[in-house]
Amino acid sequence: MRNTWMTVAFAAAAAIPAFGSDVGTVKVSNGSVAIERAGARVAAPVGTELRTSDVIVTGADGSAGITFSDNSLVSVGPDSRFAIDKYAFDTTTYAGEFQGTLSKGRLAAVSGKMVKQSPESMKIRTPSAIMGVRGTEFVVQVDEPAPARP
Amino acid sequence: MVKLIGALLASALAAGCACGPVSPAFFAVLPAPDGHIGTIVVERGFQHRVIHTAYGSERLGEDGALQGGEVTQAEVQARFGTTLQALPAPPATFTLYFLEDSDELTPESKAELDRIFAEIKRRPLPDIVVIGHTDTVGTNEYNDRRSLARAERMREMLVELGIPPERVQARGRGERELLVPTDDEVREPRNRRVEINVR
Repeated sequence: MRNTWMTVAFAAAAAIPAFGSDVGTVKVSNGSVAIERAGARVAAPVGTELRTSDVIVTGADGSAGITFSDNSLVSVGPDSRFAIDKYAFDTTTYAGEFQGTLSKGRLAAVSGKMVKQSPESMKIRTPSAIMGVRGTEFVVQVDEPAPARP
Repeated sequence: MVKLIGALLASALAAGCACGPVSPAFFAVLPAPDGHIGTIVVERGFQHRVIHTAYGSERLGEDGALQGGEVTQAEVQARFGTTLQALPAPPATFTLYFLEDSDELTPESKAELDRIFAEIKRRPLPDIVVIGHTDTVGTNEYNDRRSLARAERMREMLVELGIPPERVQARGRGERELLVPTDDEVREPRNRRVEINVR
């Protein structure tokens, strides 16, 4: 009986693979790297586990590299701000969804199993455009908008 | 459903809003280390651009217009050098083979272990899953135990070489995942193996 309950619990956990659980790991962390989670900002050294809605923030001397559970690789350069808006990945079917926002700075990425399975399941937003990823390696840079003219 | 429409509306506004200042942006496709050239699609409002060449790029200007072009490898390095350097090493899989009925590696695989270990050591924080396999000789129960013993042995070797134990998991798959498909009760050296998956 206990076994049955265990099975049910595992099945439920597998059906919502990325909600409230870890979606990726900080594998590279140079200089000033922090994450913003639930309103707090904490340093993000190598080994930090990331969740949906975390925001990775780097300083002028900072850069960070993240490996996601579908093997997508994302790095963020100096003076950057990258939010993980949505991340879900089913390790059995490889179906999933990855949405991130680069609001400033630089990003490089190599898409993973999810995009191989369903192209454009990975999207990177910038303040003024959206990018759909069909594969494989790419870079994005966002600059500050020009000051508003009077 | 209402939520979905809300989300669509929000994204349409974010992409297409012609009010407010535009944050200039730059997008480029890079050739992957294996030479593969991917594709990205850049959208802003009704503008829709596909980049599918190595170093092909789109620039979003302050006027909100997308402009296609090409960048050189040197330009990418100058602009994204630090960023690209921070990309984690791609996940890798290594396979090592075992002597029959044993959790001892073949001499060839023993020789290869150093190279694999050096590769793993390049990663500051490796996540390693070792999966053991057998050929089809013997009962399922025996092979389940043997495959796990192989994985555990491999795990011990990695830990002896200096990998922190908590970073290595060992699992056995018995004869369920043959590298070379065979009938039951067939000796096949290539099926007696461990896969070392490193992230």
